[in-house]
Amino acid sequence: MTSAMFIQHFFNALTLGSLYGLIAIGYTMVYGILRLINFAHGDIFMMGAYFIFFGTVSFFLPWGVAAVLAIAAASLCGVIIDRIAYQPLRNAPRISALISAIGVSFLIENLALVIFTGLPRPVVQPEWLVKPLAFGNVRILPLGLVVPAISFILVAALLWVVYRTKPGLAMRAISKDIETTRLLGVKVNKIIAFTFALGSALAAASGIMWALRYPQIHPFMGVLPGFKAFIAAVFGGIGSIQGAMVGGLILGFIEIMLVAFFPEFSGYRDAYAFILLIAILLVKPTGLLGEKLEEKI
Amino acid sequence: MLEITDLHVRYGGIHAVKGVTLSIPKGSIVTLIGANGAGKSSAIRAVAGLVKGIEGEIIFNGRDGRTSLKGLPPESMVRKGIALSPEGRRILPHLTVIENLRLGAYSRNDAERIEDDIEYVYSLFPRLKERSWQKGGTLSGGEQQMLAVGRALMSRPDLIMLDEPSLGLAPLLVREIFEIILQINAEGKTVLLVEQNAFAALKIAHYAYILEVGRIVLQGSGQELLTNPKVKAAYLGG
Repeated sequence: MTSAMFIQHFFNALTLGSLYGLIAIGYTMVYGILRLINFAHGDIFMMGAYFIFFGTVSFFLPWGVAAVLAIAAASLCGVIIDRIAYQPLRNAPRISALISAIGVSFLIENLALVIFTGLPRPVVQPEWLVKPLAFGNVRILPLGLVVPAISFILVAALLWVVYRTKPGLAMRAISKDIETTRLLGVKVNKIIAFTFALGSALAAASGIMWALRYPQIHPFMGVLPGFKAFIAAVFGGIGSIQGAMVGGLILGFIEIMLVAFFPEFSGYRDAYAFILLIAILLVKPTGLLGEKLEEKI
Repeated sequence: MLEITDLHVRYGGIHAVKGVTLSIPKGSIVTLIGANGAGKSSAIRAVAGLVKGIEGEIIFNGRDGRTSLKGLPPESMVRKGIALSPEGRRILPHLTVIENLRLGAYSRNDAERIEDDIEYVYSLFPRLKERSWQKGGTLSGGEQQMLAVGRALMSRPDLIMLDEPSLGLAPLLVREIFEIILQINAEGKTVLLVEQNAFAALKIAHYAYILEVGRIVLQGSGQELLTNPKVKAAYLGG
């Protein structure tokens, strides 16, 4: 492999990895607070992609405006899902909420199939994002720079919210001790809704950039990236935002590089992630940056 | 300030509080003492809105006038002017000392005065100031208790409820905490103190109730009960 090719693979991996990372953050934040795997999260990613498609193709909105609206709409969907499907089950056994999550996921995918039809839709890519930039003999798509840059800005903004603002403080408190946090005056359901809004916004941002990178969208496009992002969250240490991002990046690199170096195994590219999941669960179930979680009683 | 009438608390089949009536006058220190399992914590948790399905009446006469606390969720208590420092301190171990204090002021929106109140808590407990950026979980038991009391003060309560602040602390630290309780009472806060350490509690309390298996069996001023032979025999080691 030439170094030029390696650099191109590097930026592909960085792009894919940051997209996984953005989705993984939503899994990890919700899990950190509710100990719930929000299976519908991958579908929020899909909705982000559809919203940008309709925004730009049906309503002819400029990309930036459409992206902001799509993120806001997907964020609202996340909050509604929590309100309808999870909030009534807050005091139920955890398995009930998990089953509800799986149900919501199927519901959204099939609703999307009915409403948007199963036909893959082509997303129009802005030309400047896909016109390769040449650096000597290295050719890189501007997307390969823009996607990681936007992702890192979003993660930095999120970390600022979580570590420097009042709702962020409440989120971190709830993740350890809901009862005490309530005693101190925190309206827990509001903070949980806020968490869903933030996580869904990042998933939608990821879905939008995914649609730019792989410009064919369909109702089940969120399933596999969703699973992989979940693996990234486990790998990074579920509950840790930084861990989710690191996990996403590592997963992106493994997937791209294995295919690049061993093209004969490229048919197995989706299997690598799951092999990795089994390996982590066997060797270090708390993940790279995760703390040991005590069972909640 | 707080009037509890015929309070019953049940958990499943356990009848933990069986008709407790007590009153906490404004500006006083009232203590509820009793052995493990006497129902002290259940009573205080009922006032804080942490137990569902209670019977009886809980009336609070505070900044919103006379209101019933029954059925209110715990997050509304600090807004009414009631703060609880829970049993076992319940410090958030992964948050720093100053973050724990800020969380105590969560219901407030007056940012500058919150900073003043953090300084006030640090003046009460200088050791917390030294540990301001340390995580709550790394503090000693005594420091965690100080933080729990300080955190409860951060909501500027009119009534502060302390659930077993002496639990697991060395005698010297117990004395230190109780001196602070006297001080905050002198500064105008009403205190409800739940304790197993009857001697320490009776010494500072204006009025005391003794609870046994869910019922009040004796009440009187702190001084009175300190010299009561029955109390001496059962709670003060003869």
